Amino acid sequence: MKDIVIEVNKLRKVYGNSVAVDNISFDVRKGEIFALLGPDGSGKTTILECLEGLRKPDGGSVKLMGINPNYNHSNLHNLIGVQLQTPGLPANMRVSEAMNFFCTYHNKSPRYDLLERLGFKEKMDAQYQTLSKVQQKKLAIALAIAHKPPILILDEPTTDFDVQSRVELHNIIIELQEKNTTILLSTPNMAEASKLAAHMIILWRGKKITAGTPLEVTATGARLAKISVRVVGSSLSEPGTKFPSVTKSLLKDEYKIYYSNNPGLTVSAIIKHISKQKDELIDMRVERSLEERFMEITDNEIKL
Amino acid sequence: MKAFKNHFLFEFRTELGDKNLLVMNYLLPLGLYVLMGLSMKEINPGFMEIIIPAMIVISILISAILRLPGLFVKSREAGIFRSYKVNGVPASSIVAIPPLTTIIHIIIISIVIVPTASLFFGAPFPDRWGIFILISLLTVFTCTGLGVLIGSASSSNLAAMLWSQLIFIPSLVIGGFLVPSDLLPTSLNKIGIFLPSTHALNLFKFYSYNQPIDYNPLWSILILLSSGILSFALAIYLFNWDNQNKTRRRNPLLGLLVILPYIIAVIFLP
Repeated sequence: MKDIVIEVNKLRKVYGNSVAVDNISFDVRKGEIFALLGPDGSGKTTILECLEGLRKPDGGSVKLMGINPNYNHSNLHNLIGVQLQTPGLPANMRVSEAMNFFCTYHNKSPRYDLLERLGFKEKMDAQYQTLSKVQQKKLAIALAIAHKPPILILDEPTTDFDVQSRVELHNIIIELQEKNTTILLSTPNMAEASKLAAHMIILWRGKKITAGTPLEVTATGARLAKISVRVVGSSLSEPGTKFPSVTKSLLKDEYKIYYSNNPGLTVSAIIKHISKQKDELIDMRVERSLEERFMEITDNEIKL
Repeated sequence: MKAFKNHFLFEFRTELGDKNLLVMNYLLPLGLYVLMGLSMKEINPGFMEIIIPAMIVISILISAILRLPGLFVKSREAGIFRSYKVNGVPASSIVAIPPLTTIIHIIIISIVIVPTASLFFGAPFPDRWGIFILISLLTVFTCTGLGVLIGSASSSNLAAMLWSQLIFIPSLVIGGFLVPSDLLPTSLNKIGIFLPSTHALNLFKFYSYNQPIDYNPLWSILILLSSGILSFALAIYLFNWDNQNKTRRRNPLLGLLVILPYIIAVIFLP
């Protein structure tokens, strides 16, 4: 078994009367990408900030490479790279200057190549205050990985990124993981988590809903499947049209979408109905992805 | 050491390029200098004898007590200290750099004040330059200590401003600048003991200008030194990285311990 480098044990964090993180436990192994998944307010950032030493847990414990970040933070700073969700640097600090500034504190040479790769080739002398929010986030990511830390903590790194930038950052993350960097990633994006992470934990209002590999997460539970159907006529839109095992249906673009907990039965009934109505099927897709699993879990939690 | 040097150069360059800081570091002290130079001859002629050290102390007060706390709070609110923490910048660097940049600003201000005060207002030069510089450095040390302590302990800009004014305004009024201390009632003189500017001016008068003084100069040295050391120690102890974190690690009221040397002075000074 690989070494465990991040340990979160029964972590609890309370803000006033609100429990932000409640009894969360997980381990991250060396060289693994681990995702914290959940919508806004699910406690992802609070967990990361406890690990970064920015917040003190109200219960439980966190350790990075055996070090408690709240008591020995100075021992950690060369071991972790952190990209905060809302980065902050002095307004007139230049991009290249920021790289030099933090690398000297890590006792490493500045990584200007990394800045170029993240799109700062023409903006090396730009002041932080002139950068867009996305560029500020990219700079924070470059600064987090410049000193080649064995542990990387990324808080919603690709939020607001365009497709090209997202793909580039995914490539960088995968390269780092191949070099044995342990990466803890928070994201509200299911596709990102399933693409990158070996293990994940789904959070909802500070609680762990489920955990495992992307496959395990999608395979467990009620197995809600998404069935998207497009027909020529209006057989599916007629009032009173219902199919077995469907928990929810909606219309999106020209597709009727059904969420079913028994897709075999539902698909069979839909085909029979279309045929009976003398309508014509154009397209039908049955998907069981992490996104559907996440919707199913969070829907259940809302009902509770 | 390389990182600290880098940090210092960055901060100094930033301060020179920041219009607000230029106002606080240069325009305000020099404006006050001109105003006081032109008006104090009539109001308080004795002031003109010590206009050089007095204006240096006022410049230090503006730069350290008025400017620094707000700068700290602003940086914290902008998330800069959070980024510094996760990237390994120690609190000791953040607290230690402002005194050094302040020394440079004060040197620049002094280069303007010293010759012009003599030329335009007939101010005498200090008798002993070495001692004069040492007292200036001690005053910078104490006042920047208080400035970073207020910045570290204050939860908002308003709180920082109130604490700063609590030191700055009495310093001007009863610190021996506007009104000679021998004209002040005893009760106000006692309050003056709580102000670092009173002790700085006391030392300048005794060691650089051979003027009569109000307190034993050794007491003033002890008070300024111990207050400076205590301020920096408390500033590091109470340093708040994160404005989003409402739960403070330590009670900011502990910062009030910095008045201990002044309380001891009030008790023991004749």
